[in-house]
Amino acid sequence: MSMELILFYVLGGGALAFAAAMLLPNVGRNPIHSALSLVGTLFCLAGLYALLSAHLLSALQIIVYAGAVMVLFTFVIMLLNLQPDEIQPVRLTTLKVAAGIIGLFVFGKLITAITLAAGGAQSVDLTPHSAAIGGATWEGGFNGYGTIREVGRMLYTTFLVPFELVSVLLLVAAVGAVVLAKRSLHYIDAPTPPPAKLNRLANKPEAAATHDDHGHH
Amino acid sequence: MNARHPGPTTDRYRLEQMDADADLMVLNFGPQHPSTHGVFRIKLILDGEVVVRAIPYAGYLHRGVEKLLEKLTFAQGVPIVDKNDYVSPMTNEQALVMAFEKLLKIEVPRRARWMRTIFAELQRVASHMLWLGTFALDMGGALGGGSGVFIYTFRERDYILDLFEMVTGGRFHYNTHTIGGNRHDIPAGWDREVFKVLDLIESRLPEYEAMSSNNAIFVARTKGVGVIDKDLALGLGLTGPILRASGVPFDLRRDAPYHAYDELKVNVATATAGDCQARAQVRVAELRESIRLVRDGLAGLPAGGINGGKPIKMPQQFKAMAGQAYVGIDTPRGELGTFVVAGGGDKGTAPYRCKIRAPSLHALSALPWILPGHTVSDVVVILGSLDPIMGEVDR
Amino acid sequence: MQGLLRGLVYGGLIITVLMTATAWGMWLERKLAARMQSRIGPNVVGKFGLLQPVADLMKLLQKEEIYPIGADRLLFDLAPFLVTTFAIATAAVVPFSADAVGADLDVGILWVLALGGLMVIPVWMAGWASNNKFALIGGMRAVAQSISYGVPLVLTSLVAVVFTGTMSLSGMVKFQIAHGWLALWPPGPGVIAFLLFYMALLAESNRIPFDIPEAESELVAGITTEYTGMKFGLLYVGEYVHTMVGSAIAAVIFLGGWDGPFHIASGLHWMVIKTVALFASVYWVRWSLLRFRSDQLMRLCWVYLVPLSVGLVIFAALWRHFVLS
Repeated sequence: MSMELILFYVLGGGALAFAAAMLLPNVGRNPIHSALSLVGTLFCLAGLYALLSAHLLSALQIIVYAGAVMVLFTFVIMLLNLQPDEIQPVRLTTLKVAAGIIGLFVFGKLITAITLAAGGAQSVDLTPHSAAIGGATWEGGFNGYGTIREVGRMLYTTFLVPFELVSVLLLVAAVGAVVLAKRSLHYIDAPTPPPAKLNRLANKPEAAATHDDHGHH
Repeated sequence: MNARHPGPTTDRYRLEQMDADADLMVLNFGPQHPSTHGVFRIKLILDGEVVVRAIPYAGYLHRGVEKLLEKLTFAQGVPIVDKNDYVSPMTNEQALVMAFEKLLKIEVPRRARWMRTIFAELQRVASHMLWLGTFALDMGGALGGGSGVFIYTFRERDYILDLFEMVTGGRFHYNTHTIGGNRHDIPAGWDREVFKVLDLIESRLPEYEAMSSNNAIFVARTKGVGVIDKDLALGLGLTGPILRASGVPFDLRRDAPYHAYDELKVNVATATAGDCQARAQVRVAELRESIRLVRDGLAGLPAGGINGGKPIKMPQQFKAMAGQAYVGIDTPRGELGTFVVAGGGDKGTAPYRCKIRAPSLHALSALPWILPGHTVSDVVVILGSLDPIMGEVDR
Repeated sequence: MQGLLRGLVYGGLIITVLMTATAWGMWLERKLAARMQSRIGPNVVGKFGLLQPVADLMKLLQKEEIYPIGADRLLFDLAPFLVTTFAIATAAVVPFSADAVGADLDVGILWVLALGGLMVIPVWMAGWASNNKFALIGGMRAVAQSISYGVPLVLTSLVAVVFTGTMSLSGMVKFQIAHGWLALWPPGPGVIAFLLFYMALLAESNRIPFDIPEAESELVAGITTEYTGMKFGLLYVGEYVHTMVGSAIAAVIFLGGWDGPFHIASGLHWMVIKTVALFASVYWVRWSLLRFRSDQLMRLCWVYLVPLSVGLVIFAALWRHFVLS
């Protein structure tokens, strides 16, 4: 058993275990634990990407999903502070049944695609630098597959327009979020100031020097 | 108990009565908190980190000093009040004995009055030094630059306590003021030591200013923070550096001179902004002014006796006629007043009632007005800029 | 299997060396702080107080473990270990010399940034799981600060990436050996990028003037308020390791790594000297300055650091295009 294979099983098993933990009754009842399990799953997936020599994708997976997105997820969930008894038990509704059917359909489609692809290729080799998944090719071949240079080249040539569109979309989303989240603190609640006129000094601050009911000689 | 007659324990500031959509949080700031300058509690109602409403609660350090003063004779009362404003014990004693002297109509010799002036101003230097250190501590924390300033200024304060030790034998509980004068005369060569310490402190002051009030972060943290305008300061009865930082040039040393202040001209430091930076500027200016006053006082110190009353043999010696007296003096924190009522007759050996007007208590009463709108970080800075001493607030 | 064995051995070595270095780094900090404040510092346990870290460790190990009422025990226990783990894991890609590098990833710098960004999760876990409002505010501040200062950190790293044309940390050092240290060359932008990186590093490792998540004068002890014993110790050590590794990375990216000045006697020792010097300078700053307020911190980041970093990236790209090629 090569080291890659061991790591594959460890990471793959980890990803599945975390994914299962997300839904397990005693863990899944606590949304925070579920969200953190999702972080674990994403982390294991990043490891799998690294095994496939996609180091860039792996690091980005951690930065973007495990780091940024999931931090905000957990942040929101933790601040909502849902108690376990506030969470409704799972009930079958039409919507959920429909979602289940669609999920099964997509899953089946995926299985079919992988099986077909595996049939097309001679073998699926998990060693790095030969990850010819599905035998698919694209212009430029596999030289530098998964490296920064290759990803960068493709982003700025083949996929330039979608790339720019997505960044504009993200900018719009960021600005929109700021606009929505920004609100004024209109209910700051200070008491009304005391009437300064009652104070004997207030009417004659300059004449304070004549203040003579203090002191002793 | 019904709605029209709520019980005495009803808290008027319940979160349930606030805006339901506001997502507010109650944070009990103190009494066990590193930056409340003792045991002081502020109930902060927060929106995120911004204070929406602040309700101060004092009284955690109440020791019944005023009640105790009724049980003790006039002479026995003096060492008790040392612990009120525990950063400035000298002025506590002075405020008390001056009220007693006024009540008992005892004249204080000129030399004793000058000595009291010197002690009061030295104490002001020590107190403001400690304030500068703790103020930096509030902004820089115990594990940071603030603690550096704190340790430096604490060292200078220790030099002044050494000076007091040379005179009174105590570093903290002096009990050096008696009714009618002073107990301990200045030892030979003491003035040289004082000049040495003052020169040292004055030479190091620019360094501390560079580390605190001239520091960019210090300015960013204090400028425009916790503004107390003139009307609010006067309406709440604030005194001392806080009032002077709000643009009211009121100083009992100049406006109602006591001790030797009628002969020593006091320049009153003022600022107009009323924010934390202004209060810091006023206090630093007062530091320099106090150093000058001590120098002038030592230079002009008259000879003569230091006790105008009869020599003390028995604590019950003083007997007061029925009457009352109020004396306010300017301590490092503002007007410390003592109001004493005597019953006369058999009860004439002790005050019938003694009320101490603590400037820190008035300063803290400004918190509900100035805290809302600031963040939790600013709460610490504003509290520090008011320089409250809880021993004096709760008494 | 050989690779796995090598990884385990190197990993063990890194952990041992880092933890030891961190323990005596704390001693160094305490001595430095004491000298700066006219104090003596630790001098009782061992010669010059050198055994103080050991004594501290023994003390922490003996302390009672306290769980606050209403705390989320699982996360409360997990957070300190994750903080330390992520901090140490960052060191895996740092090239301490031409040979001493755990994994010479071609995206080494991204790995560093990724784990640095990930560290906010256990910090936030600690803040939330403590069921304490001060810890919660500390955790909230930590998240806001870490996400904000992550931006200039990434951008200034990008400056180095654009200059050197590689994301591999050892590749960066090799480029600097050939062309000169980035902090010195090109004159001006290199130094600015280094200073910005240094500031972002201070913020990422929660050091004064950016230590608002801890802010002991405001938030008692921030996220560590409810922690006791070795779990407190681990949170503490995690921060120190983070600072130590961050210093090492700054030394690699901007100060030429193991390259000596004028290539004199290049080797591991230069890396150690640079790292310790940067580590000590962090504490020099810490014991000199006061603390910013949280909104001032955000303003500093988004109004000054981020635009400046973006400008530097553009400059670096132009320099790379017109001067180097």
